[in-house]
Amino acid sequence: MIEIRRLLTHVEDIHHEFGPVAAQPLRRGAIAVVLTNPFAGRHEPDILPMMDALNPLGVDMARGLRAAMDVPVERIEAYGKGAIVGSAGELEHGALWHVPGGYAMRELLGWKGDRAAYQRGATGAGVAGGAVGQPGNALAIVPSTKKVGAPGTALDVPLTHINAAYVRSHFDAIEMRVPGAPAADEIVYVLAMSTGPRVHQRVGGLKASEISKWDGLR
Amino acid sequence: MPAQIRKLVVQVDETRLEMNRPVEPPTRRALAMAVIANPCAGRYVENLDELVAIGEELGGLLGRKCVEALGIEPGQAQSYGKAAIVGESGELEHAAAILHPKLGAPLRAAVEKGAALVPSAKKRGGLGTAIDVPLGHKDAAFVRSHFDAMEARVSDAPRASEIVVAVVVTDSGRPLARIGGLQVSEIKGQDGLR
Repeated sequence: MIEIRRLLTHVEDIHHEFGPVAAQPLRRGAIAVVLTNPFAGRHEPDILPMMDALNPLGVDMARGLRAAMDVPVERIEAYGKGAIVGSAGELEHGALWHVPGGYAMRELLGWKGDRAAYQRGATGAGVAGGAVGQPGNALAIVPSTKKVGAPGTALDVPLTHINAAYVRSHFDAIEMRVPGAPAADEIVYVLAMSTGPRVHQRVGGLKASEISKWDGLR
Repeated sequence: MPAQIRKLVVQVDETRLEMNRPVEPPTRRALAMAVIANPCAGRYVENLDELVAIGEELGGLLGRKCVEALGIEPGQAQSYGKAAIVGESGELEHAAAILHPKLGAPLRAAVEKGAALVPSAKKRGGLGTAIDVPLGHKDAAFVRSHFDAMEARVSDAPRASEIVVAVVVTDSGRPLARIGGLQVSEIKGQDGLR
């Protein structure tokens, strides 16, 4: 069911944005795969088998992105994901990426939760009611965007802090597009990660150093 | 003065299936881009030596980044190309100064040999402007299977006083190339053409 037609990695170092040059540049990366959409051109009521089939792909992509970024997992501070569905598909085909894409990155970064429970419909991105101390890593929900688009369509993939979604310094987005894809019968799935806050972050709010509830939010 | 780099971007584009036929081995193209300050922006500068020096610096840097991203030995590189997008406070000649006089030698060192001309493109543009970087075989410009182009753009560049400089290196030709012409196996590699 899962056939990779094409794979594109993107890694960027941001040294400054017309302010002081960062001592260590912010590194952001994204990986996109172009797949054949097995449901193109028709309404298929039962698409859930593909969600399971995407699990190994998610893991490979998360590892591949980490390798392309060439930093240890401990340096990944923010993440996001997204999908671009070709014109013979529907938005719901992009939604198949939520579980396999998100949990692949969370597990890579040290999340200790139960992916299967979430897939069955359990709620709670982090630890219910908070926790004492830090119960693991990658506690926060992985933000996402998706759209139906033409070849070369750009997707702004949101990025947020891996442990607390409200950390303001890490709200960011990275633009990803694959020239020539998706064709009508293709889907592009994207994962994105970054090593830190916006390069000149200075609008206050919750800081990463102030995370205290360990509930995935604050 | 060395290049004032705001951003460095590296992409690898790998094609495994084309028209549902396997591409074996997959074609892989690496693109490295530097977003730099244009030291000559906003005024007419007669002598462009500063940009020529920046071109020399970036030819090596971006060439090595591409080879590194492909994870190959320099000698395994097959085709290459270069391009620049000048922000609106600059002129086309600034791109020419970066690309043409001195960028080639260090790029050739990064890919070993490189008897052929490095195909190029340039334009003036704004944020997110795309440029198609032309590609040709590094040792013989007439190799038909390696005529290609790779799209390059940076979503937030070039600002008016910036230049985006792009280098592409591949370890392959087009996926499923089958329109004849000079083949890689027939390269003499002496004159850069055949």
